[in-house]
Amino acid sequence: MSIDLKTIKHISKLSRISVDEQRAKKLVGDLNSIFDFIEKLNELKTENVKPLTSIAETTLKLRSDEVRSKNIREQIIKNSPQDNEDYFVVPKVIE
Amino acid sequence: MTEITKQSLTELVESIKNKKLSSSEVTKAFIERSEKSKVLNAFITEDFTSALDKAKKFDQKPNLDLKLPGIPMAVKDLFCTKNVKTTAGSKILNNFVPTYESTVTENIWSEGAILLGKLNCDEFAMGSSNETSFFGNVQNPIDKNLVPGGSSGGSASAVAGQLTPITIGTDTGGSIRQPASFTGTVGLKPTYGSCSRYGIVAFASSLDQAGPMAQNVKDCALLQEVISSFDVKDSTSIDFKRNHYSKDLTNNIKGKKIGIPKEYRVDGMPKEIEDLWQKGIEYVRDCGAEIINISLPHTSYALPTYYIVAPAEASSNLARYDGVKYGYRANGENLIDMYEKTRSEGFGAEVQRRIMIGTYVLSSGYYDAYYLKAQKVRRLIKNDFDEAYKKVDAILTPSTPSSAFKIGEKTNDPVSMYLNDIFTVPVNLAGLPGISIPAGHDAKGYPLGLQIIGKAFDEQNILNIAFAMEEKINFKNKITDWWIK
Repeated sequence: MSIDLKTIKHISKLSRISVDEQRAKKLVGDLNSIFDFIEKLNELKTENVKPLTSIAETTLKLRSDEVRSKNIREQIIKNSPQDNEDYFVVPKVIE
Repeated sequence: MTEITKQSLTELVESIKNKKLSSSEVTKAFIERSEKSKVLNAFITEDFTSALDKAKKFDQKPNLDLKLPGIPMAVKDLFCTKNVKTTAGSKILNNFVPTYESTVTENIWSEGAILLGKLNCDEFAMGSSNETSFFGNVQNPIDKNLVPGGSSGGSASAVAGQLTPITIGTDTGGSIRQPASFTGTVGLKPTYGSCSRYGIVAFASSLDQAGPMAQNVKDCALLQEVISSFDVKDSTSIDFKRNHYSKDLTNNIKGKKIGIPKEYRVDGMPKEIEDLWQKGIEYVRDCGAEIINISLPHTSYALPTYYIVAPAEASSNLARYDGVKYGYRANGENLIDMYEKTRSEGFGAEVQRRIMIGTYVLSSGYYDAYYLKAQKVRRLIKNDFDEAYKKVDAILTPSTPSSAFKIGEKTNDPVSMYLNDIFTVPVNLAGLPGISIPAGHDAKGYPLGLQIIGKAFDEQNILNIAFAMEEKINFKNKITDWWIK
């Protein structure tokens, strides 16, 4: 299997990471060498193996629905990259 | 009295409890040494002024019943610390100040320890050499041209260089044990579910675990005792009976059955590592343990499995970094353009590479071939360990396939970098505890480590074996303080 430039551009779109032509070409090489290495898994027959989805086989516990963090709005907003006292600001979405 | 920064955690706790030293004296000593050690680049954020204030406050009203009374400590910059910048080694979090504290660090402070600062690491813990950090690479106190390992490279360098008496790292595929091995220190990756993941910047949620890094096994046991707790804030935290790891520590391992897995004798492994392993086998035998040859047949499939599972989980965990609510934001023509530029400029090359691998293996048409396949092989790897543990109590292996390598030596070849974790990754995939202890030196005088892998929740047993071996090995780290002028 090999990953071509078109695939890299598709993955970059899905990942929401813009890559320029030069970087995309480098990624073709990198990802192909990584996937060559990953292909080793095909040596194994796994039809009857149950996938391991969680190593900690516990059931989720319920807890009461209480507010634990109070009055931290200001602190939260302070981490926002665009200054505004009341809201998170993003580029215009609707024309 | 021994120079303050040369003392172990256990000695420092004793000195403070006996009032031979004050917290202020100890804190000042580590700060002074850190000031002279900037060239190591172990710290991303220093919190020295505040540390001195806290030490002073502690000394005014010392609570000597605590386990870490007034002990200063720097932690990996992957743990969220309330009101102290937390970067995960990334540009994208360069200005992030958490509004909450991770459970593991909360446990440490509530036992009396004092934050010295935040330690350098590979970006989002993705790396084996600390070279992917946005804040630059870290130097290994062993030799200035060597990487300290990674991803907890700053942590390993700081403990080996005596900038902190002890520290915590995180381990997703070897990120505590490999740097411990590269710097001649002790590092424990606990059982999955032992330490809460709440407030740790997530990399791969089914593999990440926090753990102690120390100068010796006893210190390591004491810190494990402090950080391990059941936590309702982490849905994968496990409620099991935790030992008093340091109090229950014993070097009596008579009759313990230690497994030696033949598959860890990999092609091209240096003879020095093979010899070290053999020596380790003799040490445990001397301690009265029984050696049993075992097989973990799927070992060679662990790394390929890891490089599907970990990037897949990372790609979803890192989807949250979009430049909206916190972190770095790039300007864009519209919302999507802003996202794409933010992530392109905010993440480094290795992180982007792993997000893309993860996105690909989870994408439509490839999920079954890669992700599902990897989850199935992960089951086979875990089954190998389950089978082995019917016959043995613990497993002894080398920690890494080589000693520390040179800065820049592997940066252009991702696969050769990944191969570093060949002996540590299976342990994370199976959710087991593993400890690396320094066990000798190679011809160049660089430290080499041995790894002891335990059954799930059996930290006490591997700590005991490590403790018994430590006595026999009598390791002395060769650090010359070359960076202090």
